[in-house]
Amino acid sequence: ILTQTLTLVVHFCLVFQDSAGQFFSSGHTNNWAVLVCTSRFWFNYRHVANTLSVYRSVKRLGIPDSHIVLMLADDMACNHRNPKPATVFSHKNMELNVYGDDVEVDYRGYEVTVENFLRVLTGRLPPSTPRSKRLLSDDRSNILIYLTGHGGNGFLKFQDSEEISNVELADAFEQMWQKRRYNELLFIIDTCQGASMYERFYSPNLMALASSQVGEDSLSHQPDLAIGVHLMDRYTFYLLEFLEDIHPASKTNMNDLFKVCPKSQCVSTPGHRTDLFLRDPGSVLITDFFGSVRKIEITMETINLTDPIKQMEENSGNDVQTENNTYVDQLPVSEIIHQKPKQRDWHPPDGFILGLWTLILLVFFKTYGVKHLKHVF
Amino acid sequence: YDILRGKLAALSIAAMVILVGVPLWWKTTQTYRAWLPVAQINELAKLQLQLSADVEVVFARGTATPEQQKKVPVTQTQDEDHAVDEDTTLRYRHETRYRTATVMEEDALKQPTAAEADLSLHRLSESPCGSLVIYVIPESSSLLPENVNVYIGQRRTALLRIGAQMKVGKTLKQLLAHLEPRVKQILQVMSFSHNDITAALSDRVRFSPDNKESIADSMRAFKSSPGYEITFSLLNPDPKSHRLHWDIEGAVQTYIQPLLTKLSPVANFSLDSQILYYAMLGVNPRYDSSRSAYILNADSLAHVINPVEARLGSNAASSNPVLNFLLYVPDAHHSPLYIHDHKKREVQTNAFHSPRWGGIMVYNVNGFYQTGTNFPVDVNINMAKVMGVFLAQLRLLLGVQSTAPPSSFQVAPCGSSGLADWELDRLMWSRSVENVATATTTITSLAQLLDQIGNIVINDNIAQQVSSAVTSLQLAVAELEVGNLGFALQYSKEAILASEKAFFDPSLLHLLYFPDDQKFAIYIPLFLPMCVPILLSLLKIVSEVRQRRREKQAKKD
Repeated sequence: ILTQTLTLVVHFCLVFQDSAGQFFSSGHTNNWAVLVCTSRFWFNYRHVANTLSVYRSVKRLGIPDSHIVLMLADDMACNHRNPKPATVFSHKNMELNVYGDDVEVDYRGYEVTVENFLRVLTGRLPPSTPRSKRLLSDDRSNILIYLTGHGGNGFLKFQDSEEISNVELADAFEQMWQKRRYNELLFIIDTCQGASMYERFYSPNLMALASSQVGEDSLSHQPDLAIGVHLMDRYTFYLLEFLEDIHPASKTNMNDLFKVCPKSQCVSTPGHRTDLFLRDPGSVLITDFFGSVRKIEITMETINLTDPIKQMEENSGNDVQTENNTYVDQLPVSEIIHQKPKQRDWHPPDGFILGLWTLILLVFFKTYGVKHLKHVF
Repeated sequence: YDILRGKLAALSIAAMVILVGVPLWWKTTQTYRAWLPVAQINELAKLQLQLSADVEVVFARGTATPEQQKKVPVTQTQDEDHAVDEDTTLRYRHETRYRTATVMEEDALKQPTAAEADLSLHRLSESPCGSLVIYVIPESSSLLPENVNVYIGQRRTALLRIGAQMKVGKTLKQLLAHLEPRVKQILQVMSFSHNDITAALSDRVRFSPDNKESIADSMRAFKSSPGYEITFSLLNPDPKSHRLHWDIEGAVQTYIQPLLTKLSPVANFSLDSQILYYAMLGVNPRYDSSRSAYILNADSLAHVINPVEARLGSNAASSNPVLNFLLYVPDAHHSPLYIHDHKKREVQTNAFHSPRWGGIMVYNVNGFYQTGTNFPVDVNINMAKVMGVFLAQLRLLLGVQSTAPPSSFQVAPCGSSGLADWELDRLMWSRSVENVATATTTITSLAQLLDQIGNIVINDNIAQQVSSAVTSLQLAVAELEVGNLGFALQYSKEAILASEKAFFDPSLLHLLYFPDDQKFAIYIPLFLPMCVPILLSLLKIVSEVRQRRREKQAKKD
């Protein structure tokens, strides 16, 4: 029986792989990008510059703003410590200003939280969220996700006060997969010990790159003496250099991307993970994720329309009626003033636990007497 | 006595902690999870769909002999079973009813052309949604031209010409056997076909289709959605030369609105339009001196859309998919502008479309004025021509088009509404199946997710949405079985809305991942100091009792 079940399991795995392989032989029709910078404070200037450089490359290669969700946890361009206001430079000697006048930040400042990030990925946003803050991908979307900030073994720090773990991220991707919210997904992370963040992925069609392995730190590239902080991280610096050579029609593939920033330049060892990806990385173009190349079909048919255009009736004048419109009565003033606070969940009062075991200890002291305490312990 | 009192105190505290404290702690740290109909959801995971269609085959005079006519009316049922994968099975059922034509139908068939016959047949009776009527006409009939054997009308009728009596056979059985493959061929075109249905099931199962066309088909049409937004944009890069006038309101009312009204059971549509000035194409066209015109070849078309898309707005209030239709009037220096396909031939429509995005048409206006006139020139755009192209693209993008019919078929052009009734039926079938497939996957994966992650709170409204989704799904499958296409589509739409609402409810966010070591770290400082005295005093009591018993034993001995 054991061998029978084993063969059945093997057969099932083969069948699954077979159907999954056929599953992804088709392509994508649109591209999305989710670019997140998770750290705030002026000395983390380089993380914002990282994210903005990737944003710039992605826009240059064709993905429109409506398909990019950009999350920056702090504002460096208008930071009061910025000696060159309204700019974010990515190269020393201020060669390249990545902030420009065409940057659309969708989540800014304190809106960049673990909760909002997971909501964007899984699509569980409140109904009042505007289009620009949503990831409206479908089963034929290729998504690029770029995270940068401070991280550790298995987590990434958001805003200095909370963290996202690699298990949560893997679960979020699995929920995206269950709802077919992506066709293929490229995950790039530039933090210390970044490779730990993609260890736990288990959904199909994910490719991941990280700037350093577990136990290594990602280092920053170069400080600018005029601005006073480090401008970029090494991995993203060399990634940006690589991407500057890509144009919308180029045929460079992922194997070249894996070679970006070797140990000699980066000091840390970049890593990648392609076992969940069903196509061969050598056949995946960079522009499949970073750019947005549309598929085109020529329209061969037309419909012969012979009816003349109906003239719109001239009764638009009659439709104008005067109505007395008033604002809907808002909450009257008296109600606002006397509003009771919202019912929150009941929690036991704060001192409860403390009081509880104080009580217990008191009872024991009383019954056994202090000198007998040594018998208890 | 004191010792006894102490022991009683210790015992009673221990009892209170265990009997009251532990259940209280358990209850208050439990997450609220409303009941979900898990058994029914698991049942739905195994999808067994049955699609039924009613077909009527009517024998006109001259096609059936009197002996054969005596035996009709007769009804046959054909079932076709397909197992798509281990969880999904399909069954196609066609109930075919054979009868002879009535006198009025015979009169209608005496019309000079097939189109007029179709019209008068339609006036006689209207077939319900999802059914078909095939009129069998004799070889001698003049309704169809020589090489055409089948005429497919605008509504739900088809005309089939069969061979002479001698070839067909004497008995009714032979006649029916002869007709069966022909009828099946017609059904492949006019009713649901296996390719379409399996393409609609792509959410549950995806195949590598046999041909590239099916891949392109499934990628081109928008996925089923409760609403769509259609935006018409006029791009005028050269307002100094051309002053363009387009009667978009009238054109939309006359040409597009009938199609959208006909499609209203499938989805809601909202329309808007805009004019963009100084919007250039991102590509430089080549000048071809042999034609003295500018050429855009097929390879550069792919790069046209992205620069333009940044300037197209979209309705921020809704998350519905957007279909963009752009009308580009080239500037005076680059007129006329023609599009060439991959084989370097000029494209008749001068338009192209992008899957799941929309379409672009290039409209040349240099023919409307002579060189040397005073710029800017007023140009009235011929909306009928423009809307003809846009309507064709709209049909493709909504998934109306299907594979080309066999060569001996003649398909009537779709009427003023842009959509034939049988095309609407096909769309409704594939949409219903797609909705049912998507809703079942959503519900089953939601149930699986909620099962796996024990920490998510399930509110009452989510449970209610899930229950209503399950009920609607069951109703939709039942209606499909019976063949009520309209109701099936409606229930499937309700099922999709409810399941999406439940799956994407903002309260289902899984932020409650607590690794075990963190759980220990939280509870130990709270409970350990409390439990240690209790445990130790209990142990002391137990050891005292045991000692006393040993003493008693010793005393006895």
